[in-house]
Amino acid sequence: MRSVWALAAMAALSLLAFSTIAFADEGKQGGILRMYHRDSPGNASIHEGATYSINVPFMPVFNNLVIYKQDQAQNKMENIVPELAESWAWVNDNKTLTFKLRQGVKWHDGKPFTSADVKCTFDMLMGKSQQKFRQNPRKSWYEQVNDVSTNGDFEVSFNLKRPQPSLLALLASGYTPVYPCHVSPGDMRTHPIGTGPFKFVEFKANESIKLTRNTDYWRKGRPYLDGIEFTIIPNRSTAILAFVAGKFDMTFPTEVSIPLLKDVKSQAPNAVCVVEPNNVSTNIIVNSSAAPFDNIDIRRAMALALDRKAFISIMFEGQGDVGGTMLPQPNGLWGMPKEMLESIPGYGPDVNANREEAKKLMQKAGYGPDKHLAVKVSTRNIPVYRDPAVILIDQLKSIYIDGELDVVETANWFPKVARKDYMLGLNLTGNAVDDPDQSFYENYSCGSERNYTNYCNKEIEKLFDVQSQETDIAKRKKLVWDIDKKLQEDVARPIIFHARTGTCWQPYVKGVTVMSNSSYNGYRYEDVWMDK
Amino acid sequence: MFAYLVRRLFLMLVTLFGISVVIFFLLRIVPGNIVDILFAAAGYVDPADKANLEKELGIDQPLIVQYWHWISGFLRGDFGYSYVSEKPALQEILPRIPITARLAGLALLFSASIGIPLGVISAVKQGTRLDYALRVVSLSGLSLPSFWLGLLVLTASVAMFGQMPIFNPNPQSFGEALATYCIPAMVVGFRSSALTMRITRSSMLEVLRQDYIRTARAKGASDAAVNYQHALKNAILPVITVIGIEAAFLIGGLIVTETVFNIPGVARFLVEAIRWRDYPIVQNLVMLIAVVVVSANFIVDMLYAVFDPRIRYTD
Repeated sequence: MRSVWALAAMAALSLLAFSTIAFADEGKQGGILRMYHRDSPGNASIHEGATYSINVPFMPVFNNLVIYKQDQAQNKMENIVPELAESWAWVNDNKTLTFKLRQGVKWHDGKPFTSADVKCTFDMLMGKSQQKFRQNPRKSWYEQVNDVSTNGDFEVSFNLKRPQPSLLALLASGYTPVYPCHVSPGDMRTHPIGTGPFKFVEFKANESIKLTRNTDYWRKGRPYLDGIEFTIIPNRSTAILAFVAGKFDMTFPTEVSIPLLKDVKSQAPNAVCVVEPNNVSTNIIVNSSAAPFDNIDIRRAMALALDRKAFISIMFEGQGDVGGTMLPQPNGLWGMPKEMLESIPGYGPDVNANREEAKKLMQKAGYGPDKHLAVKVSTRNIPVYRDPAVILIDQLKSIYIDGELDVVETANWFPKVARKDYMLGLNLTGNAVDDPDQSFYENYSCGSERNYTNYCNKEIEKLFDVQSQETDIAKRKKLVWDIDKKLQEDVARPIIFHARTGTCWQPYVKGVTVMSNSSYNGYRYEDVWMDK
Repeated sequence: MFAYLVRRLFLMLVTLFGISVVIFFLLRIVPGNIVDILFAAAGYVDPADKANLEKELGIDQPLIVQYWHWISGFLRGDFGYSYVSEKPALQEILPRIPITARLAGLALLFSASIGIPLGVISAVKQGTRLDYALRVVSLSGLSLPSFWLGLLVLTASVAMFGQMPIFNPNPQSFGEALATYCIPAMVVGFRSSALTMRITRSSMLEVLRQDYIRTARAKGASDAAVNYQHALKNAILPVITVIGIEAAFLIGGLIVTETVFNIPGVARFLVEAIRWRDYPIVQNLVMLIAVVVVSANFIVDMLYAVFDPRIRYTD
């Protein structure tokens, strides 16, 4: 009998402890979250942008049909939850994706949200509507969508040319908000209207962005914050000093470099800082349409000369990842296993042996100790581009290649690459979604506008489609690894490393989750609150 | 005096016309335009989309037509629309002017109120330890770059007080308001105060060697009367010139200081607009700055004529 009482007492105590924990985890209402913004975004329209300078401040204004769970660091299919859609179903042999929509949702200007808004948004993205975006950088995401049809006000279907399971992942990206039909693309650039947890207040270019709580938000009890204010501070030293001095509650996400992180921790030891991969690869773009890189031997020699770990230790004090096109495991879902990666020429651990092999290839191409190959290594005039370019030049010296740094202003970078006015380029590629359908088609398919090197291999492209239709994840992974391996062996766009970066916030800021395999999808901020 | 004024006004208009031509065409020579930049940021280029946007912004038209649209608009007070924010350019520029004007005014005030007295002291105490010390300070003022000095001030204030004088549009206290403008103004003004001090010193030394100064002393005038009534009045002319020129050059220091202290003024806005190739903002802003600088020069010329009547007759 005594033991029964003891058990009951323990149960009561556990319940009390549990309820206390639950109470402690409950968010508090109120407060303005103050953040600095790294630069002034060109406009406020997420659909017309391709930088997270737009996502971070404006993602809280919107909702998607579906979204990656905002409190889970890793974006994956199992973590996709409904937002403006209440549920979804694949029908018609996985060629139709139908969403039942949430009812009673209002746009920030009071107008009701309906299926017509979803159709409008995707018709514009597919270039099928009267109104056009000035820029439409993710048009290729919807190439498999025939049309979007509505069935009443609260049901919408995406009718596909062929099954594409990853469409759901693309729809869950922070880059895929639903826009209202009744607001023009021009107005969305200057005064965005959404259904999201925060309403747009003002955007003063080069100064600040202000959001306020949406009191009519369909998710009851959210958001916790009264508003979010971004102060635009392009000077990184000033911004970090202001965070250290307590002027800001949070740094701009994933913008604190590893060396700067040390400064923050030494000056503000109470700050909470996390370091995560940001799914941005640093890679080499090769102009393979002109000499000397039209010679596959020289391209392979260059890939063999890379000492990837040296890049990571010099630039990030060892905090970075070596991988192929897809972000390496464990944060990346599709990265090749280590042993497979190391079987690719240039990825083996013996750098000296790789370079000996590279020298032989260079000699085969007519170069050697007495005849060096002179190349220009072009890159953007930004430290994250310039620094690895300098290390690359240093490493290429070991295989008879004399590199000269060619620093290009951002305004001229893309036109220069597009007209193939370069030999070798040091480039950064950010992946919006950790899914092969986004990366392979955008960066490696024949004719894609983001395929800067014009790499075109019809055989591999067929494999892109095979993996894209595969619903068995294990099978799809194997296909993806094979494709990724081939892309590296072909020296299509040699990946040097995948970076990791830091985000810091003051200890009273709660409910922040920094995504570990994307830089674009985790900024709804409706679960963030302040314990002060 | 009237003929002098008319001649100066005419020259001012010719100068402004020349500046407008130079600004417009130099900006077009810089590679890339807003459309290139927007598409570069998006990482793709669709020739049809690009052509549509160029047409929408009017940058597909011949340069001379673009120039005429701009300059006629400027003269009418129609500054057009910012390519980036899509708001009226005037609406973007106007709120930033008082911020920079306050900062520049305070910087000049700081520069004159520190530079002139210290220059006089340095000249009067020529060859003493005080003179050497002041010359070292002025030399450091000329050698320290504003961005370094600015960052030093910020770092020191965070390290020592856990606070930083970053721009606050809604200051809660007088101290905060003071920090908003005074500290950045001192950083900008430090360089020009050093210059003012050196010019005052050398000008004073030259005047102090003149016969009429010796005469004044021989007649029993006090040191203060000799230094401030006789010498300084005659030594001030080159100092006014330098302050006038410094007002024009101040924009360079302001760009750096507004960036470091995150002050949303005209100077930082101009740099950002150049980065985006936001032609309506850059052209109109540079033109407004040119008007201010040319007017400042005009005022200095007029002051010259007032202080030294010989100028208005001989020029």
